[in-house]
Amino acid sequence: MLFNLQIKRYGDYGDREVPGGEMPGQTNNKSEWPLWEVFIRSKQGLDHKHAGSLHAADAEMAIENARDVYTRRMEGVSIWVVESKYIHASNPDEAESLFDPANDKVYRHPTFYDLPDAVKYM
Amino acid sequence: MAVVNLEERFQEKIDAEVKIEPKDWMPDAYRKTLIRQISQHAHSEIVGMLPEGNWITRAPSLKRKAILMAKVQDEAGHGLYLYSAAETLGISRDEMYDQLHTGKAKYSSIFNYPTLTWADMGAIGWLVDGAAIMNQVPLCRTSYGPYARAMVRICKEESFHQRQGFETLLVLSRGSAEQKAMCQDAINRWWWPSLMMFGPPDAESPNTIQSMKWKIKRLSNDELRQKFIDMCAEQVKVLGMTLPDPDLKWNEERQHYDFGPINWNEFYEVLKGNGPCNKQRLDARRKAWDEGKWVRDAAEAFAQKREAVRKVA
Ligand SMILES: [Fe+2]
Ligand SMILES: [Fe+2]
Repeated sequence: MLFNLQIKRYGDYGDREVPGGEMPGQTNNKSEWPLWEVFIRSKQGLDHKHAGSLHAADAEMAIENARDVYTRRMEGVSIWVVESKYIHASNPDEAESLFDPANDKVYRHPTFYDLPDAVKYM
Repeated sequence: MAVVNLEERFQEKIDAEVKIEPKDWMPDAYRKTLIRQISQHAHSEIVGMLPEGNWITRAPSLKRKAILMAKVQDEAGHGLYLYSAAETLGISRDEMYDQLHTGKAKYSSIFNYPTLTWADMGAIGWLVDGAAIMNQVPLCRTSYGPYARAMVRICKEESFHQRQGFETLLVLSRGSAEQKAMCQDAINRWWWPSLMMFGPPDAESPNTIQSMKWKIKRLSNDELRQKFIDMCAEQVKVLGMTLPDPDLKWNEERQHYDFGPINWNEFYEVLKGNGPCNKQRLDARRKAWDEGKWVRDAAEAFAQKREAVRKVA
């Protein structure tokens, strides 16, 4: 395909020459807004589920940011945010012993019980 | 437990397709590789907003403006998902920003090319987001949990990006002679840089083997690139346009398209900072960061003041 037409080009190619501020030599993490964990209820009647995290100065801002970051396509009807530092988690290295008590209790499951086919609706 | 055992157990988990979560033990090199990859990926989403943001005020209709704004906003979201995934590995957000702003961290070279016409918005959606999707879909199964979950979220949103881009080109391809020329011109300029998005050939990509062993990466650069070329070579026919590669030809035996040599010199030059827009992009990022400082400070001060009032009450 051959085109001999003049194409008008403009745009960001050298569009404006603005000095870009100073190179940030040192970082100061203390100025960083705290981290929040976001939980979203996708539909009335369902649990809130962890969606991700974000930074915000306070809870109100965290909810507003969560709306923009995690629910741009109607993914939620309700948002919970909690500052990440308040979350306590079990230690994955101790998972084996922590969950051990449930390990050998197959009789907690309905399939453990063999019943004659004659028994209906159970 | 000896480190050797920990490493063995780690690899066993990977081999068994068990996801690694933030508090799990992981080799240092795994953590470092992930921090580098995820933060670079996040930077790419953020810098990637610039070439397209440039056209928001110039979009040809209100509909196109709304679409473009939604897409650019999505890319900001993608950056944020990825930054928080990287933070779970122990790097702070400020450290990552600092690495970007000082030029220490890289981002995808594609965003160092200029967007010269409206058709570039179409070509970016079709080719650049298309190549990104090709890269990202296998990352939904990557071995690190937070990264995989971020990628699932991202992939759900990317499909709209690619489709709106293709549709933009489709409209141009059915338009006036000038619009058709603009469409072909954009494809010509974006084709080769898009192919470079998959990274250097496997033979020159020394980290690939380890990344694949750790299942951070699932398919090699060359495999992904070939898939992308095969896909685009067919799609371009719908546009009635051509891809700017005289060697592009279906190979019956390989069941793939053959393609011409990629100019890797150009790739390494742009990577080094010598691309057409490297300086503009970084300057724009730094400017946004610096000029946003008072907002960040004010929000922080307000939060503290409110907290103090709450404590007194
Ligand atoms: Fe994206
Ligand atoms: Fe995208």
